[in-house]
Amino acid sequence: MAETIGIDIVRYRPEKDGEPWLQHFEVPYEPDMSVLDALLYIKDELDGTLAFRWSCRMAICGSCGCMVNGIPKLGCKTFLRDYYPQRVQLEALEHFPIERDLIAGIDDFVVKLEEIKPYIIRSDERPVAEGPFTQTPTEVDRFKQFSLCINCGLCYSACPQYGLNNEFMGPAALALLHRYNNDSRDQGRKLRQPIVNAEEGVWSCTFVGYCSTVCPQAVDPAAAINQQKVLSLVDYAVHAGGLGDSQDEPS
Amino acid sequence: METSTTDIVIVGAGGAGLRAAIAAAEAHPALEICLISKVYPMRSHTVAAEGGAAGVIQEHDALAHHFDDTVSGGDWLCDQDVVQYFVENATPEMIRLEHWGCPWSRRSDGQVNVRPFGGMKIERTWFAADKSGFHILHTLFQTSTKYPQIRRLDEHFCLDLLVADGRAQGVVAHDLARGVTRMVCARAVILATGGAGRVYQFNTNAGIVTGDGMALAYRHGVPLRDMEFVQYHPTGLPGTGILMTEGCRGEGGVLTNRDGYRYLQDYGLGPETPPGEPRNKTMELGPRDRLSQSFWHEEQQGRTIDTRWGAAVNLDLRHLGAARINERLPFIRELAQAYVGIDPVSEPIPVRPAVHYTMGGIEAQLNCATRLPGLYAVGECASVGLHGANRLGSNSLAELSVFGRLAGESAAEYAADQRPAEPAALKQSAAASLQRARAVIKPSGTERLADIRRALGQAMESGLGIYRSADGMQACCDKLQSLRERYAKLCVTDTSTVFNTEWLSALELGFLLDVAQSMAHSALARRESRGSHQRIDGYTTRDDANYLQHSLASYRPGAAPHIEYAAVTITRSPPGVRAYGGELKALEQTDG
Repeated sequence: MAETIGIDIVRYRPEKDGEPWLQHFEVPYEPDMSVLDALLYIKDELDGTLAFRWSCRMAICGSCGCMVNGIPKLGCKTFLRDYYPQRVQLEALEHFPIERDLIAGIDDFVVKLEEIKPYIIRSDERPVAEGPFTQTPTEVDRFKQFSLCINCGLCYSACPQYGLNNEFMGPAALALLHRYNNDSRDQGRKLRQPIVNAEEGVWSCTFVGYCSTVCPQAVDPAAAINQQKVLSLVDYAVHAGGLGDSQDEPS
Repeated sequence: METSTTDIVIVGAGGAGLRAAIAAAEAHPALEICLISKVYPMRSHTVAAEGGAAGVIQEHDALAHHFDDTVSGGDWLCDQDVVQYFVENATPEMIRLEHWGCPWSRRSDGQVNVRPFGGMKIERTWFAADKSGFHILHTLFQTSTKYPQIRRLDEHFCLDLLVADGRAQGVVAHDLARGVTRMVCARAVILATGGAGRVYQFNTNAGIVTGDGMALAYRHGVPLRDMEFVQYHPTGLPGTGILMTEGCRGEGGVLTNRDGYRYLQDYGLGPETPPGEPRNKTMELGPRDRLSQSFWHEEQQGRTIDTRWGAAVNLDLRHLGAARINERLPFIRELAQAYVGIDPVSEPIPVRPAVHYTMGGIEAQLNCATRLPGLYAVGECASVGLHGANRLGSNSLAELSVFGRLAGESAAEYAADQRPAEPAALKQSAAASLQRARAVIKPSGTERLADIRRALGQAMESGLGIYRSADGMQACCDKLQSLRERYAKLCVTDTSTVFNTEWLSALELGFLLDVAQSMAHSALARRESRGSHQRIDGYTTRDDANYLQHSLASYRPGAAPHIEYAAVTITRSPPGVRAYGGELKALEQTDG
């Protein structure tokens, strides 16, 4: 008989269930199966009503985040071989409301991404006829890493501050803000500064750093937040000293 | 059902849909745009494109070269007026993306870099390492948030188009999280729903790539054009089909068979080039159709490698060295390590062809208008006539930028002249659409969804693969008909409204079956070999006298599609010999 692995899933169907409940499944085990593969097997063969998000199956679309034995992970890049023969328990990403089964309601996170003005802001739009901007390797290095976020939301599930108070802008949104502020093509830093300085901005972060640990793309939002704290302090000192605004504001 | 009205509704928020939304907002700032996606925009399959986007940028390159590469790459089935517009506008779009923050890879002097790509005479593929689609999609999504007139309905599944008085006037969409259905009335509708690669069992595509928009337009009488042309990408990971970008070969990776032999030289793509020194339009930089066909021959002759996931060849990057792999192909290294346990720095990656792209799609004119007034189509779901019988790598990310903008502008111009939609007149039709969609839910059904989906994928692989024969294609058509009958008896047990993903999968399977039928019947009717449509049953060569024509598949409820043909627009490049490698060189020398 083929080997199987136990998968326990926290189910919640809003139209039926008062409370989340645990359901056990036995899934045929192969060493190259991902958690997502197991979920697809369950949906196809055992219970068609199980709901979860997925799409690319190659860790780039950011859909399939869930808690795997209490740790936020991407289902498509988490392999059963790392748990077998132990059981695996899956539930929706923490710190978000459960919409249904493994589907977390992430609208708050998406709104925060939009709120940080995640686009190049310039006082003068550069005409296309003038061609691309030039950016030296050093200038690219200042923001490139922070542009790699796939918006999977794992860092929000990892963040204790967001768990306590979801007014906090949170790791991915602040890392994205840092990405645009650090882009030599952008002049919008001053417009984003109130978001950085606000109570729900970088100062809510207590630098636990778990966001960076769980990030599947090594974006390191904790570093982004820390660098913004330093810049925020420099701004404060400069303003307090009456030296005027920083140079990169729109003219 | 909740009702709302808007000016333009866009279905699909991948690269094409987002670019269209931005263009419409910029062209007519007073118009409201409703952008609907069955996922969040950044989940769209554009995200998985790796290699890059084409646009002439180097001094020694020319628009005419990009034009010629595209037309010969498409085996002369491209509409040449469309190709001309495309090559002229691709580079400005790449620059615009740069201005919006797209982190294109650069040279050490800070200028944007370009890499070689298959079938391209000169390096013109703009790239962001090996996550080009990811960066384009996120740049467009983030930029789109700047425009307050773009109102998004994320995680809304489009059930149907609303058509009245002979024009498209909106859509019916189900809000997955809230479990309510919305009628969105609009003056113009743009479909940007992507391809249909999921009709095949083994593909590089995301789970969401199910031909939704193609099927919706098709059911409303808009023909699907050139659907027999399905691209097999030559380098997918065995087992999963996960894409190993053509950029691997652009950077100098080579393909070898079980004897370590660079087999492409046996299939008109040689002479062999030194490893790590790729030569444009030669060997590994031949076009995708030719490379996938070469694999098929190697497999027939027993020269492929047996892996636990089936036959494969080796994609060898070792000679590039760790530094270059980390700089140019970091994602490839990560994916190969995770999904086949191979580090390409020290071992070759097993690869095999996998279905990747639908060249055909919803028939559309150059400006993306379909024959149904008010309905526009753009991106992979559309056939504007750019790709012909085989798309060149890096032309599709450029396509969604160029034609995304054009679709947005065309639809905005049209919408601005239309009266606002009248919801009262559309209500009945919307209710009927919802009722039809809900009728798929049948707990008493006897057929299992997974069984039909699997049988569909297998039927397409065996009957409509890299090489085709009349018998095989007829068997595929027959199988699809029987699957359609089984689909009518489908069992769907979940009767809920909130995130009822079983219901959505059933609807997607219905879309896939319609699209598959259009592909199979279009293929059976084309008695020649051209580009990705290759026959081994006597019709082994191109037949310009009879088939230098686009196929058009029209939907007939309960019957096989009606197939007819339409002219291809030829401007300055009469059909010629499609040559690569040494053959091309010889041909160029003869021509002087």
